[in-house]
Formats: sequence, C-alpha cells, structure tokens
Amino acid sequence: MALNQPTTLLAELTYRCPLHCPYCSNPLQMTRADAELSTDDWKRVFTEARNLGVLQLGLSGGEPLVRKDLEELVAHARTEGLYTTLVTSALGLTRQRAERLKTAGIDHVQISFQDTDTANAERIAGVRSVKQKLEGAALVKALDLAFSVNVVLHRGNLDRLAEIIEMAAELGADRVELANTQYYGWASKNRHMLMPTREQVERSRPIAEAAIKRYKGKMQILYVLPDYYEQYPKPCYGGWGNVYILVTPEGRALPCHGATQIPHLEFVNVRDHALEWIWTQSPIFSAFRGNDWMQEPCRSCPRKELDFGGCRCQAFALTGDATNTDPVCSLSPRHDIISGALAETTAPLEYVYREVAAAGSE
Amino acid sequence: MPLSPAARPKLWRLARIDYDRVRQRPVLLYPEGAMFINDTGKAILELCDGTHSIAQISAELSARYASDVTVDVTEYLTTMFDRDLVRVAEH
Repeated sequence: MALNQPTTLLAELTYRCPLHCPYCSNPLQMTRADAELSTDDWKRVFTEARNLGVLQLGLSGGEPLVRKDLEELVAHARTEGLYTTLVTSALGLTRQRAERLKTAGIDHVQISFQDTDTANAERIAGVRSVKQKLEGAALVKALDLAFSVNVVLHRGNLDRLAEIIEMAAELGADRVELANTQYYGWASKNRHMLMPTREQVERSRPIAEAAIKRYKGKMQILYVLPDYYEQYPKPCYGGWGNVYILVTPEGRALPCHGATQIPHLEFVNVRDHALEWIWTQSPIFSAFRGNDWMQEPCRSCPRKELDFGGCRCQAFALTGDATNTDPVCSLSPRHDIISGALAETTAPLEYVYREVAAAGSE
Repeated sequence: MPLSPAARPKLWRLARIDYDRVRQRPVLLYPEGAMFINDTGKAILELCDGTHSIAQISAELSARYASDVTVDVTEYLTTMFDRDLVRVAEH
C-alpha cells in the first residue's frame, strides 16, 4: 500500500504535572524528569516531523509549562511552519510566560477544566486549581490568543454538560472540546468510576446538539460521545501509522497512546532513529498499517476503511489480541465485554489519582 | 442554505493560510485540522477579511479570472461557513 504522509505530531513534553486527574491517558509507569528529551532533541523531532509532512503539533504532557524551554520549542515549531497548540492545565501560566508564548508564535491555547462545580473540579484534579485556571483563561483572552476550553467528560461531571458549555462561552472560548473519557493509562484503571450511565449519555446528547446549533458561528463545539456507547468504533487516530505520531517524554515514538501495552511491539526512540525511518521503516509503525492484519468481522466489513477496526490498543487491552475487532464495535464477537463494562456504572467515585511518584522505573 | 450576497465572510481567527513546502500546495490550518486548498480557494479566503461582501469578492475574482465565478464563490464560502472555517458578520 502507498504510505501516507503524517499530518499530526503529539509531543508529550513531560509527565510532570501539578494535576492528578484520574482520567489521564498517560501510562501508569511514567518516566522522571531526568529521562526527558532535551531541547535540541525536541527541536530536531519537530523539524523532522515537518519534513515528513506533519502540519499539526500538539504540545502536551503532563503539563508542558513545567518545561522551561517551552517558549523556545514553540518558536522553533512556528519557524518550521507547524500549527502549534499548547494543551495545558493553565497552572504555571503567568503573564510573563503567556506573553513569551505569544511572542514565540503559539497558534492556539487549550486549557483544561474539570467541572463547573469548584469542589468537584478540584476533587477530580486532586488539587486546588480552579482559581488559577480562571486566571489563566483571562490571561489568554487579554492577550487575544486563540483559545479552546477542554473538558474531559465522565460520570462525575456529565450531568453538568449544559453548565460546562455556558462556562466556556462566559470565558470567551473560541472553541470547546467536550470529549468523553478514552480509556488509556490511568483512565483505564479508573474506568469503573468514570464510565457514564446510559441515562447520562442519552440526556447529554440533545444538550450538546442544541448548543452546537445555538453557538454556531460564535463558539465551535466539539462533542465526542463515549465510544463504549457507540455502534461502531472510533477511527483511532485515522488508522495505525496513517496520519499520527505520538512522542513520549523519553522519546518513544508511538502510533497510539495505548501502544506501550501491546506486547511484542519493538519500541523505537527518536534518540536512536530519525523520524523518517520510524515512519517509513520501523516495524512498530507498520504493525497494523493498512488492513492485511485484520481478522473477521473486520476483514470483509464495508466499514473497514472508515474506522480501521477501531483502536488496536483498546482491542488488545480488552480482548488480549491486538488484531481483534475493537470490542466497542457492535459487530465484534466480544462485544459482551463492553456490555459488561457498561453494567459497572454504579461504583462509588473513589478515584485512583495519577501520580509520577508511583512509577519512575527508568 | 447558500450565504447571502451581502454577507461579509471572515476567515475564522483560529485558522491561517500557509504554504506546505512538503506537499507544495497551499493549506488552511486550524485546531486539529488541515485542509489543502487550491489557488482559487486561497484567493477567495484571502478576501475573507470581514469587510468584503460575497458580492464584492465575486466581482473582484470574476474580473481577475475574466469569468463569472459568483456561483463557485458562494458555494465555496457556504461550505467553509458550514465547516466553521469562515464566520459571517451580521449585516
């Protein structure tokens, strides 16, 4: 098959983060600061990514603001012509840093919020954070930066969807991303506490649809349903090794967040290989590229070019075989796993909080 | 529904027109997206500054291309409006 050029690089600059959100997609085993890529490593990766065809750069983490070289990295990305989004909690976003980011040419700042209810927001974040987030949002507005609000949705906040959308509008967001939790890393560990009930999902859908219409032309609303409640799986990052590259803080290049869980994949590091080699030659990026790896019912499915059989990592995590149909698909012979998970929506909300201290094996 | 000739489209402030030196073509970049555009699309979007009406954009480009492009311009901008990539000022 012809090899696509990638369009998107997600750079997880660090796992360090002042927040402890139980829905975090970061792995349970997180590397410490001393294992992180250097400024020069990241700059080289951004240049190599642009030369491969990448246009979108997400600077994420952890909290990217803990990297003192963030402004330098943004400036380099912009020089290369990448559309650069900062994905931040806003903790640590001082006026000075916000001004420097603007000067460096940041295209878009996305600030996470956990809830409209302060006590619950801070319970989810595991730390006092609401005041700083509101100040960060005000700062981004004062500097006239392009601004998105991001709220990860789950059982503990989905009932306030309408209020969350109103909050984003009041903050002056250009855009709001409302994505139900995807179950990787810490989120997978907390699935019992995060999974919304069917009633919640059914109540939320018309609220989102009405708001999308109401704010048309003023605030763009992106609403992502929980895939566990969908009929078909999500087209995970546009297909394995098709458009998307994730680079972890220590330099591992991955086709998907959950890829580290799949055994027998040979992980490659941007310290050891050029990104072009990783994209075009590495076994990991071609492991599930195209559809030769597919089993039934995917292999003969008319939707296989639409959703690529769903997420390989989710298929592995839930069925033990990464070549299986993602069990969220209603056509999957293992769809009973999803029905079982949806029956678990009564667990008390006793979150397992994300923390680096619990890991750091390297 | 097509936009009215009096509508004054403005490129979304989160979107910017760039040139992709790898694919050697103009591209519209915006959060989590990229849309490859041709030179005509680029010419239309460059006039979407919130001051020109669709009628004015059509007139200018019809003169430039020596052909009436009103229908194409209106269709293109309607699609871009539906995709949230251009906004329309109240008039």
